[in-house]
Amino acid sequence: MRLTGAQIFVESLIKEKVEIMFGIPGGALLPTFDVLYGAALKFILTRHEQGAAHMADGFARATGKVGVCIATSGPGATNLTTGLATANMDSVPVVAFTGQVPTNLVGNDAFQEADTTGVTRSITKYNYLVTDVKELARTIKEAFHIARTGRPGPVLIDLPVDVQRASCQFVYPKEVNIRSFKPKYKGHPQQIKKAVDLIKESERPVIYAGGGVIISGASGELNEMAKITQIPVTLTLMAMGAFPTESELFLGMLGMHGTYFANHAIQNSDLIIAIGARFDDRITARLDAFAPKAKIIHIDIDPTSISKNVKVDIPIVGDAKNVMREINKLLNKLGPKNIEKRKKWQKQISQWRKENPLTYKKDRKLRPQYVVEKIYEVTKGKAIIATEVGQNQMWAQQFYKYNYPRHFITSGGLGTMGFGFPAAIGAKLAKPEKIVFDIAGDGSIQMNIQEMATAVNNKVGVKVAILNNGYLGMVRQWQQLFYKKRYSATDLSSNPDFVKIAEAYGAFGIRVSEKDEVEDALRKAISVDGPVILDFLVEREENVFPMVPAGARLDEVIRGLA
Amino acid sequence: MRHTVSVLVENKPGVLARISSLFSGRGFNIDSLAVGETEQHDVSRMTIVVKGDERILEQVMKQLNKLIDVIKVTDFVEQRHLERDLVLIKVNAGKGKRSEVLEIVDIFRAKIVDVAPNSVIVEITGDEEKILALVNMLKPFGIKEMVRTGIVAMGRG
Repeated sequence: MRLTGAQIFVESLIKEKVEIMFGIPGGALLPTFDVLYGAALKFILTRHEQGAAHMADGFARATGKVGVCIATSGPGATNLTTGLATANMDSVPVVAFTGQVPTNLVGNDAFQEADTTGVTRSITKYNYLVTDVKELARTIKEAFHIARTGRPGPVLIDLPVDVQRASCQFVYPKEVNIRSFKPKYKGHPQQIKKAVDLIKESERPVIYAGGGVIISGASGELNEMAKITQIPVTLTLMAMGAFPTESELFLGMLGMHGTYFANHAIQNSDLIIAIGARFDDRITARLDAFAPKAKIIHIDIDPTSISKNVKVDIPIVGDAKNVMREINKLLNKLGPKNIEKRKKWQKQISQWRKENPLTYKKDRKLRPQYVVEKIYEVTKGKAIIATEVGQNQMWAQQFYKYNYPRHFITSGGLGTMGFGFPAAIGAKLAKPEKIVFDIAGDGSIQMNIQEMATAVNNKVGVKVAILNNGYLGMVRQWQQLFYKKRYSATDLSSNPDFVKIAEAYGAFGIRVSEKDEVEDALRKAISVDGPVILDFLVEREENVFPMVPAGARLDEVIRGLA
Repeated sequence: MRHTVSVLVENKPGVLARISSLFSGRGFNIDSLAVGETEQHDVSRMTIVVKGDERILEQVMKQLNKLIDVIKVTDFVEQRHLERDLVLIKVNAGKGKRSEVLEIVDIFRAKIVDVAPNSVIVEITGDEEKILALVNMLKPFGIKEMVRTGIVAMGRG
């Protein structure tokens, strides 16, 4: 069948089982949008391409499927970059399409032209400029394959408008074979055996699990490993939900704003089992003082993450689920050892936990931590929580108990303010039966507030909980602690009326200034069908603790201000 | 430490840009980079000379391997291999000095490929050591200009 490039594009997406895509049309995409008109794909028109990218990202994080977004040439494409970089840092499978000027004008400084593949080269897993319509179908199939295979990531396809108009025979390839891209899924059996031996012998082990556990769908294997070995588990921000929070073995999050007992456990351990994590600087604090007495087993699908920051003793390249399954098999056979020493370790950790719980001042003032706790209670821990970045993000991690994978959607690697709201929209469209919240700061929410139009128009009932303290909170906190309270450019007391903004868009708005109004406001918001903004006026100078300041050792935890 | 890394890549537009932005983005130091087609038309070979310690080199190798267009990466440190660089040197060789320059060129089995009233262009192919030796012998005469292709390398046998 002879089809145009634009038709091939849509047919290929259908072959890839894409049901929804996010974006904004433009001159360089006219042929494609003509084919999309009435096509079997749901198209969500956003109000900024950054919103589209984050929505595709949120959709992907909530489901594990590939998220799809589309933008026109020039400024449309460049507006995607923050979204692509966000997905890249957190290994999220996204395929982005951009229109481009006709092939004979590429490189000519044409109207709405940008060197899209050049600009996005370092923030995508891979990208393509399609110059021949006969290559288009294969390119799309490859792009989806690359996005979802191995360590996932964003892939961009730049589509000149003349290629969209050109035609050829449409053949969707049956398989993809990229000779230079063959990720390793099975761990080396000898390495696995060495790891199991180390685990048996260890006296003070800790499991350090990261986002890779969720991507791999390995929370079952993680639970099993902890159960067989009775080794305590700490999670990174990206892994929240992979391990039950109520478990005796759960240490909470580790790192800069991790719990006191998680950080101390790591620093005093003699063995760290790192799974699907990359020893990021938010986790390790001062590298030369990180876990001085510990041997390290590192299981990861990406060899570049292994021994990048921290030299490991037993590297195992492979998919987390597969490798853990093999390790668990061997562990089951061999049975636990060193039970007495382990009990001593457990006691030590319990003591640290008892003496240093996560806490905040409980008085009559409306504090942000209280709001998050209430959201947890009212949603019974079953909601999908997206966050913005900064203090709101940290409180959302600390005071909501995540017990299911893919229910915590946050920009961990890049730390993108403005991510949460569109990501929540993407997640709600992915999982309409779930309650979806965006826990936001007053700074972050203004970065993609325009997507409220998208939410209202498409009846996407996301609940935005703004922890409104009238500051760029996290920066203000650092200015308070380390810059003698010189609040340089962090004051947002001139914020607009967020309730009026919600109403201007046709959404529902509720303002809360008293502690005893919180629960009712939340219940009201959940009962409303469409999107809601909840403006919580919280204590202005509340700080996130614990905290490990920059340059400090991981166990030099500041538990609070005197 | 100096490492010669040979990278087999897909012969596609953008691959060179991808590799050089990998190096610049991660702060790896490139001493030289040579690239050209191999005996297979759809495959190119890049020879890159990198300076760094073992840890840096391990990251360089892994990051290169991770790139989708990279087919194979070889570090020539352990292997026996040949290295060649082709260099053109424009050196002062006016009246009286020309015969001395020619003598040196002869000894190194290099070639004169251009003659002008006050200078000649010398062409030499060789490994790093040989080229350095020739350059040092020619320096006293005054080197006006020099251009190199960068090292290409191949495993022996």
